[in-house]
Amino acid sequence: MTLSQILALLAPELILAITGLVVLVLDMVWRDEKKKEWLLYVTLVGLVGTLAAIVTLWHQAAVLFSGIYTVDMFALLFKLIAIVGTGLVVLSAIEFMRGRTPYPCEFYSLLLFATLGISLIASATDLILIYLAIELLSITSYILTGYLRQDPKSNEAAIKYFLYGAVASAVMLYGMSLLYGATGSTNLNQIAMALGPANASLQEIIFPAVIFLLVGFGFKIGAVPFHQWAPDAYEGAPTPVTAFLSVGPKAAGFAVLVRVFLVALPSFQPDWILLLSVISVVTMTLGNLVAIWQKNIKRMLAYSSIAQAGYILLGMVATSTLGITSLVFYMFTYLFANLGAFIIIIAFSNGGGGDSVEDYAGLSQRSPGLALAMLLCLLSLAGIPPLAGFIGKFYLFAAIMKDGLIWLMLIGVLNSVISLYYYLEVVRQMYIIPPKAEEPVSSTSKALSGALLITMIGVLLLGLYPAPLIELIRVAACAFLSG
Amino acid sequence: MSFPFLSIIVFSPVVGALIIAALPKEKHLAIKLVAVVSAFISMVLSIYVFFDYDQAAGGMQFEEQIRWIPSLGISYHLGTDGISLPLLLLTGIIIFCGVLISWEKDVRPKEFFAFLLILVAGVFGVFVSLDLFLLFVFYELAVLPMYLLIGGWGWPVTREYAAMKLTLYLLVGSSIALIGILAIYFEAGLGTFDIMTLSQVGFTPLFQYLFFLPIFVGFGVLAGLWPLHTWSPDGHVAAPTAVSMLHAGVLMKMGAYSALRVGIFILPIGAQKWLPWIVVLTVVNVVYGSMVAFAQKDFKYVIGYSSVSHMGYVAMGLASMTVIGISGASLQMFSHGIMTGLFFAVVGLIYRRTHTRQIPELGGLARKMPFVAITFIIGGMASMGMPGLSGFVAEFQVLAGTWQAYPAIAAISLIGIVITAAYIIKVSYKVFFGSLKSEYEGISAVSTIEKVALFIMAALLIIVGLYPSILLDVINTGVVPIMMRLR
Repeated sequence: MTLSQILALLAPELILAITGLVVLVLDMVWRDEKKKEWLLYVTLVGLVGTLAAIVTLWHQAAVLFSGIYTVDMFALLFKLIAIVGTGLVVLSAIEFMRGRTPYPCEFYSLLLFATLGISLIASATDLILIYLAIELLSITSYILTGYLRQDPKSNEAAIKYFLYGAVASAVMLYGMSLLYGATGSTNLNQIAMALGPANASLQEIIFPAVIFLLVGFGFKIGAVPFHQWAPDAYEGAPTPVTAFLSVGPKAAGFAVLVRVFLVALPSFQPDWILLLSVISVVTMTLGNLVAIWQKNIKRMLAYSSIAQAGYILLGMVATSTLGITSLVFYMFTYLFANLGAFIIIIAFSNGGGGDSVEDYAGLSQRSPGLALAMLLCLLSLAGIPPLAGFIGKFYLFAAIMKDGLIWLMLIGVLNSVISLYYYLEVVRQMYIIPPKAEEPVSSTSKALSGALLITMIGVLLLGLYPAPLIELIRVAACAFLSG
Repeated sequence: MSFPFLSIIVFSPVVGALIIAALPKEKHLAIKLVAVVSAFISMVLSIYVFFDYDQAAGGMQFEEQIRWIPSLGISYHLGTDGISLPLLLLTGIIIFCGVLISWEKDVRPKEFFAFLLILVAGVFGVFVSLDLFLLFVFYELAVLPMYLLIGGWGWPVTREYAAMKLTLYLLVGSSIALIGILAIYFEAGLGTFDIMTLSQVGFTPLFQYLFFLPIFVGFGVLAGLWPLHTWSPDGHVAAPTAVSMLHAGVLMKMGAYSALRVGIFILPIGAQKWLPWIVVLTVVNVVYGSMVAFAQKDFKYVIGYSSVSHMGYVAMGLASMTVIGISGASLQMFSHGIMTGLFFAVVGLIYRRTHTRQIPELGGLARKMPFVAITFIIGGMASMGMPGLSGFVAEFQVLAGTWQAYPAIAAISLIGIVITAAYIIKVSYKVFFGSLKSEYEGISAVSTIEKVALFIMAALLIIVGLYPSILLDVINTGVVPIMMRLR
C-alpha cells in the first residue's frame, strides 16, 4: 500500500487532528479576540472536511499497519455518527459558551480531539490502540465536563467523572492484559485465532477478562452498574458537553464493544451474551425507573440515556445481522432525538430558563416551535410512530424476537411504556400546565436553529423513510459479520 | 395505479393539521374552516368508497401498495373490505360531526384541531391498513394525540390522571400485541408483514394457541374488554366533547377491529381455542357495564359505562364465531359509534350551558332544547335495542349468533338489555323532563351547526334501523370469507 493510499484512508482522522491543532495553536498565538471568532469557522470547515472524507471512503474496506487499524463500513458509520453529533454540538454551543467562558476556542479544539478519539476507536483492531483511543476520548471528556471553571457543579461533575473513569480504564486495562496473557497477542483477529473454538481450559481466564473489559466499555455506554457517573456528569457539565457525552462516548462504547466481542471473542459468545442480556435488562429497567423521579431535566435525560443504552444492548444480544443492523440504526435515531432534546434545553437556558422540568411549564404557548420540537424528540426516544425511534426500537425488538427471546422483548416493550411516563411528564408541563411567564423564550441564534432543524429532519426522515439508511447499515453489518 | 382514494381519506386530516400548524393562532375561524374542510373531504370520500365498493366481487378493493422498508418486507399497503368499510364511513361521519360540535372551542383551537386531525388520521389508517407494521404505526399514532387532547382540554378535575391512565393502558396493550405481530412475522418466515399473505399461512395449532391471546387481549384493551376497561370511562368523562365522541365512537372500534383483523383473521385456530373463554369476559362487560352505568350520578359517566356495556356486545359477537354474530358485531360497531357520538355530543351541549353534569341537578331541559331532547331519545332507544333503530338489528344479530354457540351466555346478557332500558329511561326522564330549574331559564339556544351534527347522527340511526341491509350486505361480503377460514 502506498503512502498516498494510507493517507487517504486516514483522511478523516488526519483532518480532525490537524484542525484541532490549528485551532489550539491559533487560539494561543492570536491576541485579537475578534480574530478568534474565525476559529469557529475553522472548526466547522474541519468537520465538514472530515464528513467529506468519510463519504469518499464509503464502501471501502482496508486493514492498515499490520492489522492495528481497520477501515470498513461499520467503522465509517460510527465515524459518521460522531462527526454529525459533534457538528450539531458545536453549532448549538456557540451562544451558550460565549457568555460563560472566556476561552471558547479551546473548547472547540478539545471537542475535535474527543471526536478524533471516537473516530479512532471505531477503527481500532488492536487492544493497545483501543486503549489509547479510549483514553484520548476520556481525558478530553473530563476536561470538557469541567470546562466552566467558575461553576462548582461543573467541577464536581468533572472530578466524579474522572475518578470513575480512571478506575474503569484501569480495570479494562487489566482485562486486556489477561487477554494478552492468554493468547500472546493484542490484535483482535490473532486473539480470535489463538482462542480457537471454545477452549474450556481458557474459560477461567477469559471469563474474568470479558467482565473486566465490560467494565470499561460499560462505563462508556453508561450501562448499569457502571453508570453512576452519568447523572452527576450530565447535570453538572455545560449543556453542550452533556449533549456530546450522551452521544459521542456512547457511540464509541458500542463500536468497540461490538468489534472486540464479535471479532476477538466469538468463541465465548454464549458467555458474554448471557452477561449482556442481564446487563441490558438491568440497565433499561433501572434507568427508566429512576428517571421517573427526576426533577432536573438534564438528570432525567441522563437516566433516559442509561435506559436507551439498555435497549441498544439488545441488538448486541441478538448478534445476528439483524441485531447489528438494529444496533447501528438505533444509534442514528438516538443521535438525532437525544441531541435534539439537548439542543432545545440549550436554547431554553440561553433564553434564561432553568433546568428543572417544571420550568418548561406552558412552553407550547410561549414558544410553540420549541415545544413541538421537544415533543417530537421525546416521543422518538419513547419509540412512538411515525418517528425515528419507533423504527429503531421495532428493529431491535424484531432482532430479539428472531432469536426467540420473547421474555427479553417483553421486558423491553414494558420498559418502553414505563419510559413514556417520564417523557410525558415533560410533555405535560409543556402542553397542559399553564405558563408562568407569557413572553416567548428569546434568543435562538441561527446556528442553533439550524442544528435543531437538522435533528428534526433526522427524527422525521428516519421515521418516515428509513429504508436507504437501513439498507446501507445492513450491507455493512453483513460484511462485518462475514469478515 | 387507480386513484388513491384511501390515501386521500387518511392524509386529508394530516394535511389539514399541517395547514393549521402554519396558521397564526389568533385566526380561529380560518383554523376551524381548515379543520372542517379536511374532515369533510375524508367523510365524502369514505361515503363514495362505501357506495362504490363492488359487493358482487367482494374481497379487498381500492388497494394501494408501495414498498416502504423492503429489507423487512414492510409496505404501505392499503385496501378495504366489507368489515372495514362501515368503520371507515363511521369515522368519516364522527370526525365531521365532532368538528362541528367543537365549533365554539375558543381555548387554543389551533393545537386542539391539529391534534384532533392527527388522531383521526391514525384511526382511518388502522381501518385501511393491510400491512401489520403499518397497522401498528397508525394504531399508536392514534393514541398519543389522545393524551394531549384529554390532558390539555379535558375536564380539569380528572384530566391529567385520565389521560395518563388511558395512554399507559393502551400502550401496554399495543406493546403486548406487538409481541404477537413479530412472532407471526418470524414464524411465517416469508419476510412480509402483509396481512393478506400471512392469513394464507397455516400456522401450527400450538403457535396459534400461544400467540392468539396476546394479540386479542392486547388490542382488546382498546375495545374496553373487561377487566381491562377501567381506563375507558375515566377517559371518556375527562375528554372534551369531540374527543369523547371520537374516542368512544371510533377509537374503541379500532381495538375490536384490530383484534378481529389480526387475531381471528390470521390465527383462526387460536381463536377457536380461546374465544369460548373470552366470551365469558364479554358477558361481564355487557351486564356489569350496564349495572355500573345505572348507578352513576354523573351524566357523562352513564354514557361512559354504557360504552363499556355496548362494546361487550361487539366482543361477544366476535367471540361467538358465527356468521350472524360477527356481522352483528360489525354492525354494532357502526351503530354504537354513531349512538355514543350522539350521546357525548348531547352531554357536551348541556354541560356547556348548565356547567353541571350531575343528573339530580338537571331537569326539564326538553323545554329549552327540544331538538336535543328528541335526538337524545332516538339515541337512547337505539341503545335500548328498540326495533326500527340500528341498535336493535345489531344486538339482535349478536344475540342470535351467541345463542347458536353459547345459549347460556346469550341468556345472561339479556339482563344487560333490561338494565340498559332502565338507565336510559331514568336519565332521559331526569334530564329532559320534570321541572326546569330557574337558573337554566336563560341558557343559550342550540346553534344550527350543532343541530346539523345531531341531525346527521340521529338520522343515521333511523336509516340503518329501517334499512339495515345498506350496511349488512357490505358487511357480509367481509364476514363470509373469514368464516370460511374458520371451518
